[in-house]
Amino acid sequence: MKISLTRRYKFAASHRLHSPNLGAEENRRVYGKCNNPYGHGHNYIVEVTMAGPVDSATGMITSLGDLDPFVQSEVIEAFDHKYLNEEIQEFQALVPTTENVCREIYRRLKKYPSARLQRVRIEETLKNSFEYDEALS
Amino acid sequence: MIRITRKVEFSAAHFYHNPDLSADENRRVFGNCNNPHGHGHNYVLEVTIAGEPDPTTGMVLDLKELKDILQREIVDRMDHRHLNYEVPELAGKIPTCENIAAVIWQLLEPKITSGKLDRVRLYESPDLFADCVADTNGIERRA
Repeated sequence: MKISLTRRYKFAASHRLHSPNLGAEENRRVYGKCNNPYGHGHNYIVEVTMAGPVDSATGMITSLGDLDPFVQSEVIEAFDHKYLNEEIQEFQALVPTTENVCREIYRRLKKYPSARLQRVRIEETLKNSFEYDEALS
Repeated sequence: MIRITRKVEFSAAHFYHNPDLSADENRRVFGNCNNPHGHGHNYVLEVTIAGEPDPTTGMVLDLKELKDILQREIVDRMDHRHLNYEVPELAGKIPTCENIAAVIWQLLEPKITSGKLDRVRLYESPDLFADCVADTNGIERRA
């Protein structure tokens, strides 16, 4: 069998879906109320899945004492209570859909040194979730 | 192929301590989980079976039968127990979420007679869980 460990984190942020490559009317048609120029926000839940061998000395894939501060500094501090379009550099030229947020968080967590990042799954609302995993990257 | 999942809960105590490490090192590695008096969780176990529904019954595996297997093999063994002392399958292992999930996999796999064990997901809390899934290469272990 293969074992993985998943930890859930939360951040709250605002965004606006708008593509500079589309006209105003087209943006409204494609993104609907998410195109509102004032932006809107969500309580995002981020599930981070780490895989890899279980260390025989600790019984763990990775210590939460290492993982929590890493996710905190790489993702939560950068994203929490921010306007994603303007305050995250990567989204100045990329629409911050949750697909793209998922991929950006995966990119940031991929460099975690103590275990292998397997999947990032984001719940944008209770009804929407998005996943990006190593098979897709 | 269809996957069916059954959920059960059990409550148990544990603590983390590796006798090969010094007291200081144990405290550094395991933090408050190293408290020798132990602490506990309400574990939530989700077990997924994959297979084709039987043409006569329309079932992959009778959920009542799965419920009985989970009760007998897991809940009776682990509920209201101290995992460090009272579960022989965990003897010599640190009872982390990863190791408990692996033991649950090993206990259940031979008992599933219809369909195949597809995933064992063990929640230690709503924000932390371990998954075991099938792998032909065996268990990954770091020396």
